[in-house]
Amino acid sequence: MELRIDSGAVRAARRLAEAIVDPIAAFIAGHTTVAVERSVARLLGIDGVDGNGVPLPNRLVDALADQPGGAARALGAAVAETGCTPQQIAEGLAGGSTLPDPDVTPAAAIRGALAPYVARGLAAIDGRRAERDERLQRLPQAAPPLLYVIVASGNIYEDRTAAVAAAEAGAQIIAVIRSTAQSLLDFVPHGATTEGFGGTYATQQNFRLMRAALDDVSERLGRYVMLTNYASGLCMPEIATMAALERLDMLLNDSMYGILFRDINMKRTFVDQHFSRLVNARAGIIINTGEDNYLTTADAVEQAPAVLASQFINEAFAHRAGLPDALIGLGDAYEIDPDLEDGFLFQVAQAQLARQCFPHSPLKYMPPTKHMTGDIFKGHLIDAMFNLTSVMTNQTIHLCGMLTEAIHTPFVGDRALSLANAQYVMGTARHFGDEITFRPDGKIEGRARLVLREAVELLARVAERGLMESIAAKTFADVARPPDGGRGFDGVVAKNAVYWNPFEDALSPLATA
Amino acid sequence: MKLVKPYGDTLDDGALQLSFTLPIEWSEAADESARQLVAKMGFTDVAVAEGRKIAGGFSFFVVYARTLVAIDVSTIAAPSATRDALDMDAVDELIRTRVGRKIRVAGACIGTDAHTVGIDAILNMKGYKGNYGLERYHGFEVFNLGSQIAVEELVRFAIDRQIDALLVSQVVTQKGSDIANFTALAELLEAEGLRDAIVLVAGGPRVTNLLAAELGYDAGFGRGTLPSDVATFIARRMAARVLA
Repeated sequence: MELRIDSGAVRAARRLAEAIVDPIAAFIAGHTTVAVERSVARLLGIDGVDGNGVPLPNRLVDALADQPGGAARALGAAVAETGCTPQQIAEGLAGGSTLPDPDVTPAAAIRGALAPYVARGLAAIDGRRAERDERLQRLPQAAPPLLYVIVASGNIYEDRTAAVAAAEAGAQIIAVIRSTAQSLLDFVPHGATTEGFGGTYATQQNFRLMRAALDDVSERLGRYVMLTNYASGLCMPEIATMAALERLDMLLNDSMYGILFRDINMKRTFVDQHFSRLVNARAGIIINTGEDNYLTTADAVEQAPAVLASQFINEAFAHRAGLPDALIGLGDAYEIDPDLEDGFLFQVAQAQLARQCFPHSPLKYMPPTKHMTGDIFKGHLIDAMFNLTSVMTNQTIHLCGMLTEAIHTPFVGDRALSLANAQYVMGTARHFGDEITFRPDGKIEGRARLVLREAVELLARVAERGLMESIAAKTFADVARPPDGGRGFDGVVAKNAVYWNPFEDALSPLATA
Repeated sequence: MKLVKPYGDTLDDGALQLSFTLPIEWSEAADESARQLVAKMGFTDVAVAEGRKIAGGFSFFVVYARTLVAIDVSTIAAPSATRDALDMDAVDELIRTRVGRKIRVAGACIGTDAHTVGIDAILNMKGYKGNYGLERYHGFEVFNLGSQIAVEELVRFAIDRQIDALLVSQVVTQKGSDIANFTALAELLEAEGLRDAIVLVAGGPRVTNLLAAELGYDAGFGRGTLPSDVATFIARRMAARVLA
């Protein structure tokens, strides 16, 4: 089952995406953010909170306000001068002491003093990756589409019960939805949490608790159950860091989502997404991009070219951070109005188009949400058509739709019904896609070609205008975001001549010609 | 008086279906537990059509039963806020002739809610299901503040910009956060002495006009609401104010 599409247009789209990302990559290389520096602090072993509950990485980075050389340089100097560990230095800061002036310590001494901590941070990430590899080998997953469900009670202990129940009912990936306000917090909450709205706070301890529960059920079921969270919002790279340290397997991680849908400053987002993806690449974490959001906020038929264009841009950004195709889970969603005649054909066209444009990507397919109503019976049917599209077009990561989508965060029974729906449809139609061909120049092929052509045109307009300028001019998702507007802009810092980030140095892929 | 019961296939048979999960391992005894539980709720002729394990320690049931209870529907009223909606041109005409100026409307998702799908459907020019949003109307000046707006911020905005109508949306309903946010806004407007000066409208998939009235709102709009429903309500309410 192959669409006959213009491979020249696919190559053109990829070239245009590279051209769009080029100037942004130059901007990223010259800047850091408070969140990147806090990630460096975490990778150097700094954790915990002060007496007022402020995370120590925040205390450290706040103390660096007048030192644009970066957290590693300041910490390296302090370690060289005092012989204390980075954690002890951060605790000292919280207790009222100050950092020594890093300019008096020779650069070689700074680097030497920090070298063991840098090595330890990298080794921690590598160790977690090796653990995953070993488990995946020993506890193989069932064939894709990998069934993905969310838990979102607000209480990590309740989530744990729900996650284990879902895994037993067939889920292969568990996502813990975050509390709705978390993307706008400029710190990561600490410890196990039992209250949240619309989800559960992402904290390192919550990651640890859920990972342990899923490891346990993985052993029992004989198949590895993956864990997902959200590296988005103002703490994108910190979440990626904590996820790498606690062996999460996937992260929602989009290069433009926060800008468009959370009004986070674009420069902040671009720098943050890059560092977070450097970490993800090292940790072997699969990113999931957020193109589904274009479809939930606007008409899915009209927005199809924007989805494809964004997939190419997300891919280009991800490649710059060293993520191989196998770790780039590009997003799409089944959101066309069910009342539209032949809407299913359009869905198949879009899903298959993505499959052919990104043959090695673990595509992430999101379920219907926008047109789900209180009619759970109709909703269950729409979900079945979504499941059929997914298995036909070989999607990889399949977020199971919930019949109660429009009503409440899923009950334990809703998840089981949803998983049973997906298992039935994907079982009964497992090789359907291998057995059929598209009618040449028919409705499906015609639709795919139109979307591809319009995506190339959109990318050409963005390449000509510039990505930042295009976002400012309402090119994506019908929202305009100015380059210096939005949340978190004051946390973007130009690197100075002595700036040093040993993790960026270690994780950056070699510049391509 | 008109007594009504659920209708399966015969008038007054009282037939209905239920489905639920119990936190127990599945077994024949689990099916019997589900049956007795439903009987204890007051239902008769209880039949467990499906009972199965969905996970360790959890069983799911589909149950059919009958109820003896009836309701007198002639005594029930739930006034709709969407009655006799006008189209865009008629709303603009009503505003032009009866209000005589643009109506200033501000919309937001309040509290921690980040789901703007509802407020965007009503306000954005594009609208919803081919029905244009309020931004498209000549008669409205629209401010869409977006997501996660603190109640205090919204009230300050309403004062600064002399807003006539506030539209607030709540999609997340977990643990009553929607009710808490709606109530906080109504109370703050009251405290600021603004409540009577503003047309206050609640929206969201779980909102009903009745619930909105209980919370001290002028109207509530639930799922399936079109922008013209909300536009008509605001225009009529403003016209009535000008008259008064």
